[in-house]
Amino acid sequence: MLLGRFYHSDRGGAILLAGLFLLAIVVPVLNLVVPESSPFHLSTYTVTLIGKYLCYALLALALDLIWGYCGILSLGHGAFFALGGYAMGMYLMRQIGDRGVYGNPELPDFMVFLNWQELPWYWLGFDMFWFAMLMVVLVPGLLAFVFGWFSFRSRVTGVYLAIITQALTFALMLAFFRNEMGFGGNNGMTDFKDILGFDLQADSTRVALFLASVVALAVSYVACRFIINSKLGRVIVAIRDAESRTRFVGYQVERFKLWLFVFSAVLAGIAGALYVPQVGIINPSEFAPLNSIELVIWVAVGGRGMLYGAVLGALLVNYAKTYFTAAFPDLWLFALGALFVLVTIFLPKGLVGLWKKRGKEPEP
Amino acid sequence: MKPLDPLRKALRRDRVFDFMMPQVVFSPDLDVSHGPILYLEDVTVSFDGFKALNNLSLYIDDGELRCIIGPNGAGKTTMMDVITGKTRPDSGSVFFGQKIDLLRLSETDIAQGGIGRKFQRPTVFESHTVYENLELSLAADKGVWPTLFASLNQAQKDRIDEILEVIALTEQRHHLAGTLSHGQKQWLEIGMLLAQSPRVLLVDEPVAGMTAQETERTAELLTSLAGKHSVVVVEHDMEFVRSIARKVTVLHEGSVLAEGSMDEVQNDPRVIEVYLGE
Ligand SMILES: Nc1ncnc2c1ncn2[C@@H]1O[C@H](COP(=O)(O)OP(=O)(O)OP(=O)(O)O)[C@@H](O)[C@H]1O
Ligand SMILES: [Mg+2]
Repeated sequence: MLLGRFYHSDRGGAILLAGLFLLAIVVPVLNLVVPESSPFHLSTYTVTLIGKYLCYALLALALDLIWGYCGILSLGHGAFFALGGYAMGMYLMRQIGDRGVYGNPELPDFMVFLNWQELPWYWLGFDMFWFAMLMVVLVPGLLAFVFGWFSFRSRVTGVYLAIITQALTFALMLAFFRNEMGFGGNNGMTDFKDILGFDLQADSTRVALFLASVVALAVSYVACRFIINSKLGRVIVAIRDAESRTRFVGYQVERFKLWLFVFSAVLAGIAGALYVPQVGIINPSEFAPLNSIELVIWVAVGGRGMLYGAVLGALLVNYAKTYFTAAFPDLWLFALGALFVLVTIFLPKGLVGLWKKRGKEPEP
Repeated sequence: MKPLDPLRKALRRDRVFDFMMPQVVFSPDLDVSHGPILYLEDVTVSFDGFKALNNLSLYIDDGELRCIIGPNGAGKTTMMDVITGKTRPDSGSVFFGQKIDLLRLSETDIAQGGIGRKFQRPTVFESHTVYENLELSLAADKGVWPTLFASLNQAQKDRIDEILEVIALTEQRHHLAGTLSHGQKQWLEIGMLLAQSPRVLLVDEPVAGMTAQETERTAELLTSLAGKHSVVVVEHDMEFVRSIARKVTVLHEGSVLAEGSMDEVQNDPRVIEVYLGE
């Protein structure tokens, strides 16, 4: 059976998928079916919180694909996440219609506030869901393509690449802070009303968004696993281990890197698009360089170079963050830093390295 | 041909339009009618003013086995770097056949065009198995999309098995390449070279770190390759060179000092001076 083979070749992944499947059944039932008075009832707040973690997990998966397997350390992956989020935010803004404070049927509130008379051209089309979804994929993908094209062709690698990706997200943050950009300035976009006609505050919508996140993560996981298990996946690892050798074997290293980078950016964009309707806001702080660095820590903690490790890391660290920032708000950054140092020194393979003894399964 | 085929071909996602790429001509079309397959003429490479290659001219014939010797720092590895596109010379010309200007092609194009190389320090893909190393090297469409959906057909599997046999690593086929001994890595790299089925093999110090027995096998292997392929071997081990050499070129300070049979060069007073003068 296909599932059996999958289980055999990728045990961690099979467990992850089973876990996601379970979540997809249990969480909606506990929230929608179990009455609120019951101790087993799961609040909508918690459902959304888990949904948010799943978006982070998808983002971590995207980073692990390029960092863990191809050695491309991006310290700016938050930018692709945020761009996907903004594309979704623009759709949600347009859905508000005349229910905004100023009641303008065309313009979002912040544009009315700026005395703008008409919608800027780059907002056109975002009232259509399919167009917005296309942009969720295209905008991060295109940016990654252009950025990757120049950096990989000029053979920028390692620390230098990490630094320029960091600069990229920083520059985008500054740009999105500006009111004239037309993306809501430092307030960003919020007060969303509905998505595809469904009320965003309704429990059922929240559960649907949660389920969408589960599905996106599961499908992306399988796609990433397919890539890693293919010959292309082996080329990617070869590039990580001996880039120059890979060239002399006849592979155009730049193209492989570019392809993977774009794919990873698209996954990050999708994660961002699922994140925004659940948290109800998108603003330029999502571009903050610190976000991208935290993301690297999730992956390192979970286990770099193992797809489910990245997912696990994102879930655990974010759970810890939720707990810590509530209990000891000032300590979180120190805890995160300490965690990173400890993991780097004592668990170079991350948490999943603890129970995974061998790096590679023999071929059947 | 179906009417839609040209359109399909034009719209293939991995298609690279010709005008964007230098033309790569593959080995079957290679023009070797004048004898040599590799032409190096007046090649000079300098590193911060130091001339690693100094007006080097060298011709390798189609199908010949050529040994290149020379003291440390003579420029042997640099010569291979120039041929394979890793280092660009300051001046001179390098042609593959009569028409293909290697100085205008990238490392990848040169590798795909039929020049394979084994490095001085063995470099294999350490976190892949021996089998996977060969699979990756195997001549195939190495574009991104074809690679994503590639699977080995029976002929390719047989070819890998055959190579495993030749390099005596059949038993280690599922071992990680990183766990092999130095000599085995050398062989794996030679195997990877074979898998690419190149027209020209550049082999830098193949027997360094090998036992006498392994060295002997390598000698057999390389001699058996000549004829179908052109083989250029750089080696310090004179015993080994003597056992395989037909024609030997001595490099010294970046240019050719002497050329001829092993006996001729060994008796050449200039060569003796260079080797004894050290
Ligand atoms: N990238 C580089 N930068 C500076 N100098 C270099 C570089 N590569 C090679 N050289 C110098 O060029 C000269 C020729 O080097 P090369 O490696 O070609 O010698 P070789 O004949 O292969 O020697 P060996 O037998 O030790 O391998 C040496 O003096 C070396 O120090
Ligand atoms: Mg050398």
